[in-house]
Formats: sequence, structure tokens, C-alpha cells
Amino acid sequence: MSELKKWFELPVGAVIDEPGNAIRYKTGSWRTFKPILDKSKCNDCLICWIYCPDNSIIVQDGKLVGFDYDHCKGCGICAEVCPDKSKAITMVLEYD
Amino acid sequence: MKIMALTGNEAAAEAMRQINPDVVAAYPITPQTELMHKFAEFVADGLVDTEMVLVESEHSALSATVGASAAGARAMTATSAQGLALMWEILYIAAGLRLPIVMPVINRALSAPINIHGDHSDTMGARDSGWIQIFSENSQEVYDNTIIAIRIAEHPDILLPVMITMDGFIISHTMERVEVLDDDVVKSFIGEYNPSYKLLDIKNPITVGPLDLQDYYFEHKRAQAEAMENAYKLIKEIDEEYSKISGRRYKYVEPYEIDDAEIVLISLGSTAGTIKEVIDELRLKGMKVGGLKIRVYRPFPREEIKEFLSNALVVGVMDRSIAFGATCGPVCLDIKATLQGTKLSNLPIVDYIYGLGGRDITPRDIEKIFGELERIKILGEVPNLPRYIGVRGEEDYPEIRSKFKIKN
Repeated sequence: MSELKKWFELPVGAVIDEPGNAIRYKTGSWRTFKPILDKSKCNDCLICWIYCPDNSIIVQDGKLVGFDYDHCKGCGICAEVCPDKSKAITMVLEYD
Repeated sequence: MKIMALTGNEAAAEAMRQINPDVVAAYPITPQTELMHKFAEFVADGLVDTEMVLVESEHSALSATVGASAAGARAMTATSAQGLALMWEILYIAAGLRLPIVMPVINRALSAPINIHGDHSDTMGARDSGWIQIFSENSQEVYDNTIIAIRIAEHPDILLPVMITMDGFIISHTMERVEVLDDDVVKSFIGEYNPSYKLLDIKNPITVGPLDLQDYYFEHKRAQAEAMENAYKLIKEIDEEYSKISGRRYKYVEPYEIDDAEIVLISLGSTAGTIKEVIDELRLKGMKVGGLKIRVYRPFPREEIKEFLSNALVVGVMDRSIAFGATCGPVCLDIKATLQGTKLSNLPIVDYIYGLGGRDITPRDIEKIFGELERIKILGEVPNLPRYIGVRGEEDYPEIRSKFKIKN
């Protein structure tokens, strides 16, 4: 997190005038369960990528390669929508 | 300039016609209904370019106004009593988002018991909501204050919503002589609205109303408090500019016969007019009485109050609402807080609660108040609880209470 600003340095009315700056706010620590990928079962249908509310499915060249654990809140939607045939994503406790 | 016969409501509607807001969202409530009725006619007749949004409640009326204002539009609404109460949640949001919304509020008593007539219970409850509050004594002031309010709200160093109040029915439904400026004079006075942030400016995307936790909420609220301080400094400049186009010079407070006054009676709204009349009568009898009308109630005109009370020997404060459980009514609380710690801290101040639910306040009532203040000046016995004026039973209550041993 960058240095906190003083009250007279802020945009009026708590407006956020820098689109996409939520990337600097790490929400990964909120997680109780984390998604784990078994790549051998994944056919890169990318339904998880469509559903992820936090842009935390990392895709390269059309292939699912992993999760952005800095921002994934562990909601489990990716595991839920992963098709029954494959079940490539499972949610496991963050700390045992 | 032309002279028109307008009620308080019509004066506000006429000002709104000249302001020509981009969006007005409204829900009818007595005694505000006539205002929006008149403005809806202007919309229907094509005299304004306003998008009129008819909503299903006051909560929605102010929500729609907030949305329009955040989008970059000049947006207005108006309400009274229960309507203002239903807006409560959004009042704080409008102020916190720093949206320059101007809203006439036609003062009316709050339920229960249900009552449609004028008192200040509604806006007094909203006095700490972050809105600037300007009280109007008559239709002329309603018209002028509404136009001035646009400039106050939209000033880049202020950016706060403004309530323009008038006493329900007493002003809202009383026809008076009003000097109305030319349309183009008003248009050039208020100017174009060019906010620095607009939701509809898709080339510069912004987020309005994001989650603001322990790390930043307090900083934003501190900045909001500073905006109110800026308003306290800047409203006088806008008033001064308005006097140049209108010839009417408004101040935060309006003193009346105060220079040598030993007894000063403080009031807001229409009652100030009655008080001036009584002061004229009592002056003829040789009583050194004066009045002080508070026009800008939020931000509270602390320096002006101190200045004008510096020669007083005793002060009465007229409160048209009750602050239940507090030591006195809201206006009196503000006056006492202002004088605390100054050389005026020991000035005798008596609170008079009056006129609830539209109960008349007559010149004779005011005369009695001045008489009581005169006795207090001489005897020095200052009642420490509010005095209730014009309510049946108040005079015999102490006697009956002792006879029947009523505990409360």
C-alpha cells in the first residue's frame, strides 16, 4: 500500500478518479478457502474466468494458468462453475 | 426586473424556472406540493429544459437528484416534514458526496401527532447533516436565497448541498410582492455548471461513493467539515455579488434596532417580521429592545452573533422546535455554545419554544416575551429551562403540579 494521504490531498467527495486502482488494494488476505487447480483435469473452457468477480483467474494465450492470490477473496465461484465432468478447481482451507 | 404577486412556493418555483435545472425529481407533500405543481406547469409549457422525474417517494426523489448531480447535471428537488425525514439517509449521502444540490424545504411539523403546518422540527433535525441551511423571512427572500444558493452550492471550494427554508403556509401560501430579476440576469449570475467530476464523462471514468474504511473515511469527513468552514467565509462574497444585480444586500444575520438595544430577541424565518413590528411599538414606549434574525443557520454565524450581542444585557431565543431531552432548543443551544468562553458567557439567555404545529405567534406573545426579558434584566432571575409560549396550561401548571403532586 502506498503512503496514506492527508485529508486536504484527496479528491472531493471520496471520488476515485484513477480507474483500476483497486489493483493496489490487496484483498487476498480476506480468504478462508483458496482455489487449487489440477491442470490435468482442466480443458481451458474458461467458464471460471467469465464468472470470477475479482479478475483473479490468470489466463495466458487462451489457457488457464493459475490464480491471482493477491486479489482472490476465496469466494469459490470458480470451483462451483467448473463443469462436473472435470472438477479441476477445488477449494482448500487457507491454513490448516 | 418585474414585480410579481407570488406565494413563497411560487417564488421558489419562479427562481427554479430561471435557474432552469437539468433534472428535478419530486414527490408531492403538503405544503411543498404547490411549488412542484407550479414548476411542473413550467415543464409542461416548455418554459424550462428540465427533465422532470416523478418518483415514488422522497427517498427516491433525493436519490434521483443525487444520481443526476453525480452524473454532472444541475439537479434540484423540494420537500417538507415527513418527506425530509424519509430523505434522511440520502441527506448525508448528498453532503458526503459533496453534490451541489439545492432544495427548498417548506418547514412543517413532524408527526406524530400528524400536522401539516409550519414549525422548524423538520430542518432542525437535519441541521448537522452537512447541508447548508438558509432561512427565509418572506417570499422575496425565498426567491433571492434560492438563486444565491446555486452559486454557494456549486462554488468549487464549497461543493455542499443547500436547503432553502420557508415557514409552511405562513410563507409558502401567503401571496406577497416579489421583485423578480430578468431571466438573462439570473442566467449570467448562476453561470454554467461545470463540475470537475461527472459520472457521464466516459473519457475520464470515476467511481462515486466507494467503500471508505478506517484508513480514509475520517479524512473525507474532515475535508467535508472544512467545506462548511469555506462556506462560512465565502457566502458573504456571493451575497455581495448578488446585491450588485438585485440591490438587495443579504447578511448571515440581520440586526434590527440593535445598536443600543439592552434586550435582544433572536429568531429565524417569518417570526422575525412579527418581532420587528413589536420592536417598533415598544421603541415608541421607550424600551431599548432589538432583534436579530439568523438567515444563514448552517454554517452557524458565530462571529456575527458575538458581534451583535456584545452590548446586550439579556437575550431571548425563539425556537420553533424542541430538542427533546436537551437543555434547550436547537437555536438556543447554538447561541449558548457560541458565547461560551467569551466575555459574553454570563449573558442571561432565555429560550422560548413557540409555534409548534403552526400555532400562531402573535405580536402580543412577543410583547409578553419582551416584558418578561425586561423583568429578568432588572431582577436577574434567569429561568434555566425553556419557556413554552402560547401553549394552554403553561401558566397554571406549577400550581396544579404542587397541588396534585404530579411527579413530572
